[in-house]
Amino acid sequence: MLAIAFYIMAAVTVLSGAMVITSRNPVHSVLFLILAFFSAAGLFVLMGAEFLAMLLVVVYVGAVAVLFLFVVMMLDVDFVKLRQGFANYLPIGAVVGVLLLTELIMIAIAIADRGAAAGQSPQVYGPEMSNIEAIGRVLYTDYVYLFQASGLVLLVAMIGAIVLTLQHRVHVKRQDIHTQVTRRRKNAVEIVQVKTGEGIQE
Amino acid sequence: MDLSSALHLAIPELILAVSTLGILVYGALRGDKSAGTVAALCGVALIAAAFAAAFGGHGKVFNGSFIADGVALYAKVFIYIASAVIIVLGRGYFERLNNNRFEFPILVVLATLGMSMMVSAGDLIALYVGLELQSLSLYILAAFRRDDAKGSEAGLKYFVLGALSSGLLLYGASLVYGFTGSMNFDAIAAAAQANPQVGLIFGLVFVISGLAFKVSAAPFHMWTPDVYEGAPTPVVAFFAGAPKFAALVLLARTLNDGFAGLHDQWSQVMLALATLSFIVGGLGGLMQKDIKRLLAYSSIANMGYALLAMATGTAQGVQALLLFMVLYMIDTLGFFSVQMALSRKGVAVTKIDDLAGLSKINVKLTIVITVLCLSVLGMPPFSGFWGKFFVFGAALDAGYWGFAVAGLVASVIGAFYYLRIIKLMWFDGDKGEIDKSPFEAKWIAYAAAAFSFPVAMVALAWLYPLAANAVKSFGLN
Repeated sequence: MLAIAFYIMAAVTVLSGAMVITSRNPVHSVLFLILAFFSAAGLFVLMGAEFLAMLLVVVYVGAVAVLFLFVVMMLDVDFVKLRQGFANYLPIGAVVGVLLLTELIMIAIAIADRGAAAGQSPQVYGPEMSNIEAIGRVLYTDYVYLFQASGLVLLVAMIGAIVLTLQHRVHVKRQDIHTQVTRRRKNAVEIVQVKTGEGIQE
Repeated sequence: MDLSSALHLAIPELILAVSTLGILVYGALRGDKSAGTVAALCGVALIAAAFAAAFGGHGKVFNGSFIADGVALYAKVFIYIASAVIIVLGRGYFERLNNNRFEFPILVVLATLGMSMMVSAGDLIALYVGLELQSLSLYILAAFRRDDAKGSEAGLKYFVLGALSSGLLLYGASLVYGFTGSMNFDAIAAAAQANPQVGLIFGLVFVISGLAFKVSAAPFHMWTPDVYEGAPTPVVAFFAGAPKFAALVLLARTLNDGFAGLHDQWSQVMLALATLSFIVGGLGGLMQKDIKRLLAYSSIANMGYALLAMATGTAQGVQALLLFMVLYMIDTLGFFSVQMALSRKGVAVTKIDDLAGLSKINVKLTIVITVLCLSVLGMPPFSGFWGKFFVFGAALDAGYWGFAVAGLVASVIGAFYYLRIIKLMWFDGDKGEIDKSPFEAKWIAYAAAAFSFPVAMVALAWLYPLAANAVKSFGLN
């Protein structure tokens, strides 16, 4: 039963991965990407890593893929134009692709032949400890250095987004909460007696 | 080891990380008018970190993912100093362009922090996180002049190709993990020794490819000329030195610590990369008209020498690598600061032909360029000669006669385009007055030229034993 579930999900992952790069419509690509994430999450569940599976769904499907979808729909990319040079690059691309494919097949044969990691399987914690607890035990102890360093990587990404896109325009109306709150009736409203038929000056 | 002793070994990184965070908050509160203060503070932090690294202790902490040893500390000191020089260069450059944003020095320090993680990496995760911290900062720096079409192109190109190389590296790392069951270099070495499988070697080749991209060794050099041409000059001066040194030290550690038993396999890959770099760098440079593109091809050829030294897998080879890269970093810093010192009517001199007759206009800068050219082409007694001398010495002792000859031929081809620059400057008709050179660019160029001759002769007496001592931590023979 477990084996059947594994093969179905693995096949769906690989196929949808292939569809991501082959489908003509970029929106379909993103949808296949989401499918690939979902089936990869299923594979994690089979390995006993439920927390990672949920994380994958929440972060990648919920945030990243939806963001991709927004970007793809907002950008006006001319895909016909992008494909124009395709034939020119096909020979060298095909050579590189065939080389990579041969390597992958050789690796797959090696794995099928002797098995990876010399028979070691990932360490599974006992049922008395949940995934989150297991990760929490090492995240701030054994891996504190790498965890903090990853935080710095994210900080760089944030600085980069600001440096490359933030424009300080001069004539933009911004919300100033202080002036909003301190606004009084006398400097906002004026009551004028209007005589009939004369209107207001100014 | 407990946390306090672990933190004690990581003092240089802690200084950089904590001070950038503080400086970033200060800069964000004060805005771009604080750019000068921010740059000064970042420079002070780098110098303080360099001192901490110079007197730092040795050890392996954080579950083996952080190694502070002779090679790491040696590399860190020079990387920090080079980054501090870049902050000085960049401050003046962006101020003259009225592009005075305070993020520039902060990104330089964050990239430097990534490099220092790289040279200290003891496992595959630290390798990747350090590399990404460095690369992401560099992508942003390459596109720092976002209103400039060429600058944005350079940044985007570098980002896309860099992402591809990171993908290759990650795939390789996953194969290595899959076949050895460990991320740690020591455990990988033990597994590789006991059972060298074909998948492990494929993984190793992918990791090497990813890192070869970062040092712009052929055939992973495609991005180099375009990025060098388009990115702001101080950023290119940064690219050309410190990150390549860090990536080479990281590669040396990965190969010599993690894959010591597979030397026969990886030395072939390194020799192939070195030979291709000689060919591409030597021949590609001949057709260039742009100074920065020429320097890009020159850096590709020079990476060939560094990889040749690494291919030997001996202590002598790694020592040659450490010496070569320090001498090379100083030469390139000099070259790029000269380029920043030269402009005509406010437009930077970028074409080689525009250097014609420079000796009649500004003799001092002409002498600087001449010295640097002679040094990079490997003319004795300039510093570049000594770098190549140690590399060829190591290659010959390891029995790589053919490859050493290939390197010599590449040097001779390279000599052609450097000699052409010298001839243009001294003997051709001039092209009009140049602007007054910026103070800091001029003096850094003078200092670099003075280093390559005669200071290098004295400095080598001190650098040579320093590098020899550092290499002892690799335990090679």
